[in-house]
Amino acid sequence: MVAGFAVALALVVYGVVGWLLHKPPTISAQPSSTPGVVNVSLQIDGAVGTGPHPGWVGYRVQNASGQWIQTTVIQLPAHSDVHFTVYQYDSGSGFRNPVWDQVAGTVGGVAYLNGKPATYFNDQVGNGIGHSFNVPALGINVPFAGVNGNASNFCNAGPCTMSELHNTITFDIHTGNPGSFRWQCFVPCGLGYLNGNGGPMTTVGYMGGFLKVVA
Amino acid sequence: MSQNVLDDSRSVEATKKVIPKLIAIWIVTSLIGSLLVWFVLGPHLPPGTMTDQAAGAQFDIRFVSTLVPPVLFFIWIFFGYSLIKWRVKPGEDPLAPAADFRGNSKTQGAWYIITTVLVLFLAAFGTYFLVVPAGAGGGEGPNPIWTPGTKNMLQVQVIAQQWRFTYRWPQFGGMETTSIYLPVNTEIQFNVTSLDVIHDFWAYQLGVKADANPDVNNVAFTKTQQLGRFTVRCDELCGVWHGAMYNYGYVVSQAQFQQWATQMEAQNAAVTKLLPKYSTTYTPSYAGNGGGYYPPQDPNANL
Repeated sequence: MVAGFAVALALVVYGVVGWLLHKPPTISAQPSSTPGVVNVSLQIDGAVGTGPHPGWVGYRVQNASGQWIQTTVIQLPAHSDVHFTVYQYDSGSGFRNPVWDQVAGTVGGVAYLNGKPATYFNDQVGNGIGHSFNVPALGINVPFAGVNGNASNFCNAGPCTMSELHNTITFDIHTGNPGSFRWQCFVPCGLGYLNGNGGPMTTVGYMGGFLKVVA
Repeated sequence: MSQNVLDDSRSVEATKKVIPKLIAIWIVTSLIGSLLVWFVLGPHLPPGTMTDQAAGAQFDIRFVSTLVPPVLFFIWIFFGYSLIKWRVKPGEDPLAPAADFRGNSKTQGAWYIITTVLVLFLAAFGTYFLVVPAGAGGGEGPNPIWTPGTKNMLQVQVIAQQWRFTYRWPQFGGMETTSIYLPVNTEIQFNVTSLDVIHDFWAYQLGVKADANPDVNNVAFTKTQQLGRFTVRCDELCGVWHGAMYNYGYVVSQAQFQQWATQMEAQNAAVTKLLPKYSTTYTPSYAGNGGGYYPPQDPNANL
């Protein structure tokens, strides 16, 4: 009886402590063939498909082994050029504020949608905007165009694969001094939550996280 | 058996002789304290003097702080004297020292009058300095009653959303920026609103603080008078990233502001065309933006 209670208590404590200490892993940018340039590859899934909230929308970051890890904490070297490649698998909608249509803070103020350069993306045309990458302290904002949610090869659960419908967005940034910089998505994509801003929008590892710029 | 009679050094007559000395000490210490607060501490009190409203707030705090030493020293000096002189000695009746004051109508009357005058004065002072400087930088709602004398004001719309502020400039083609620059020596009207939950626009060094409510235009006024950097913070708990909802702004020369605004207008021209027509409030669900995310019971959903 006492032993059973002790075991149960230990399990509860283990669970609570584990839950409190749990945080998404940090994935470092990968070196590229160009000196001074590192690569970051992201994918955005309409439903992450794993973990405690498989139905939540979320980001994945590719690690050195090529695996897609569900996280939003990315480590970047300071004073370096970083090349981002984003595979956007989710359908789109509008921003609450269309000012976020603007591409900002990238090298040249430009981002490339499937290879085509643009300084802004209209969230009211086509499939709208799926998600965005906004780092307030660095002035970075890049909207990612959505895909057709009714397509037969639409990815319903992550990790998504290249054969499934996606947009590829690329852009470059130049990092400055070391620091931890918060980023978030500005599309209200927290389905079922007040103003679309709860759930994955408020949970690190899904639609917001940190860029850790290190020396 | 306890003593009911105090010794001569603590008689009413002896105390009356000491009171002028205590008052003299009080006046000297209060004067020194108040002068130090006014001239040494005063210029460093928040929120500074970057705007007329901030300077007004600093004056209010400085003035009220200057009133503190007289009150403080009054309590300390008489409390200290009482502790030393009126301390109950072994064998004395503990209530004896207070016997001469109990039911003393002059003491009671003086207490009532002094405290009443002080509180009423502070109320009148606070009201005057809230009304006269056009609402003292506070949000006055959509129809402000305390307005600046001029109608020639720079209009700045503050749009809050989880979790950033953006700024819209109706006098510059309705452009919207993520940064804020203000020209010096200029009367400014802030129109503060929100696109989602309740936020608060708190431009600390400007002395401006106004809640950002969805579907409400909350107007606040200020007049810049000093160059420098100011901090904008959200001051209503608005969600998990509330603590990260801040940015910095700058009060710059009029020429620098014109240059910045012209550059921003050109840089943002393409996106300005995509923005909804300038309005004092915006309801995203009206335009369909993010409309699918509003629950059916949302009163805005069917508008």
